[in-house]
Amino acid sequence: MKILVTVKEVAAVDDEFEVDGLAIDDRYLTYDLNEWDEYAIEEAVQIAEAGEDVEVVTVTVGPEDAEDTIRQALAKGADRAIRVWDDAIAEAGLLDPGTKAQLLEAVVATEEPDLILSGVQAGDDAFGATGVTLASRLGWEWAAVVNDLELGDDVATVHRELEGGVEELTDVELPAVLTIQTGINDPRYASLRGIRQAQQKELAVQSLADVGLDSDVLDSPIEQTSLYEPESEGEATIYEGSADETAADLAELLREQGVAQ
Amino acid sequence: MTVLVVAEHRRGELRDASLELLTAGRQLADATGGELHVAVVSGDVESYADQLNREGVDAIHTVADGEEFNHDVYTQAVEQLFEAVEPTVLLLPNSVNGLDYAPAVAERLDIPLVTDAVDFDYGDGLTVTREMYGSKVETTMDVDAPQAAVTVRPAEWPKAEGTGDATVEAFDAAIDESAVRSTVTGYQEVGGGDIDISDADVLVSVGRGIEEEDNLDIIHDLAEALDATVSASRPIVDNGWLPKDRQVGQSGKVVTPDVYIAIGISGAVQHVAGMKGADTIVAINNDPNAPIFDIADYGIQDDLFDVVPALTEQFS
Repeated sequence: MKILVTVKEVAAVDDEFEVDGLAIDDRYLTYDLNEWDEYAIEEAVQIAEAGEDVEVVTVTVGPEDAEDTIRQALAKGADRAIRVWDDAIAEAGLLDPGTKAQLLEAVVATEEPDLILSGVQAGDDAFGATGVTLASRLGWEWAAVVNDLELGDDVATVHRELEGGVEELTDVELPAVLTIQTGINDPRYASLRGIRQAQQKELAVQSLADVGLDSDVLDSPIEQTSLYEPESEGEATIYEGSADETAADLAELLREQGVAQ
Repeated sequence: MTVLVVAEHRRGELRDASLELLTAGRQLADATGGELHVAVVSGDVESYADQLNREGVDAIHTVADGEEFNHDVYTQAVEQLFEAVEPTVLLLPNSVNGLDYAPAVAERLDIPLVTDAVDFDYGDGLTVTREMYGSKVETTMDVDAPQAAVTVRPAEWPKAEGTGDATVEAFDAAIDESAVRSTVTGYQEVGGGDIDISDADVLVSVGRGIEEEDNLDIIHDLAEALDATVSASRPIVDNGWLPKDRQVGQSGKVVTPDVYIAIGISGAVQHVAGMKGADTIVAINNDPNAPIFDIADYGIQDDLFDVVPALTEQFS
């Protein structure tokens, strides 16, 4: 059995930052493995550890700088990694879910996995749509926002986390794309041994041509036209001073509100 | 221009997102003097159609197939309705279920999809406003296509009101049962503890800023001093530091206490959806740009590890 896990390096923005055109200046960004993908990797590795002959392969659409992050996934137990990138993708700017799904579909055609796990969304652009778009392109079944998974021979029995503290119990025919919600498991830290081993694992870089696509795939009908810091709508009364002073002010307010009386 | 909105319901109840979509859809239809059509799929569609017949709605299409949400049925029904109605924009909720079928509908129809819209405009074409990087920035996206699908963020538009005079018509969707390869077998309430945080008058709520499980002690101490109940944002529950039924937010509980003290909680939109109904919101966070301060009534922009023990001391 082969499980393909989509892995993305995402950027987090510092508290203070400056916008530079359609992006945030790189000085204010910190890069890390997408939180949702971390749970997807853990789920795949746990399936591999529970069964025989399961290969876990990660796929990333991202630049060379993303390789530290990809190695994190390998250190946590993925067997090998694929990174799709070339100059044309770099120049394309924001990749919408339709474009990303086409790039991933091309990798699926070569790898022929039995199951695909993907994070529910990415912490930076937060489209939350790539996994289901990919499933639809492949003609596979899918389930979005999965927080419990039991894998059978032909069926995945999943819980989907709905709003308001309710979970939906669903059976999904395999092969399927499952988008994984945080909290489904307890992602492991990479061990020192895992980090050492990750350096030896295969990390294949593939261009558009390598995966059998030409640059037409990057023509998107969605164009990002502005990026800006929203104006604060806040009207909060902010208490100033030392911690003791602000705590005293807040205590007075809470007593006025009838708290602890 | 016609806008087609797809309503959402669960376990026999129309969800608020449906009525918000009507408002959003009317805004978009008004931008071009167009019509607002609404689709409702599965369950007691007649009853849902009555509830969706609000001011500004021109037509309601009912698809009776299925009892509850099933993405294979929804995908087929909405795809066929889209081809019959030929809307310029298809609007769907950016809910868990919306995200479970909207991408498939867009892909099958070969139309662009923009998710989680917080605003839009229609001038020369469709422009969608959305957020990135955990709500720290907004961005606009121009959609260069004759038709498009957009998912709409919950609670961003007010619910549509009034009574409308829309035509209600049954739509005969040809559902290919062999293409229905997922089966919803039931529902389950999340649990784990014996306290219902939605009953609490005062909540001391803790988020990622607490850093480590052991640090929760200062939160429990404060809650005890205030005779309050402890709740949390998602990361605390994901880490297993508190049971699932203590989670406040879109995927957790919706709470409406008299006082909500958010400690080390940045205020992601999913969290805010669960607590913005509190009478008084207090935020303690060392990041002055944290979105929680946008909805707080009172705030302290300082290190929680200094402020929380000092506050507990005030009540000891």
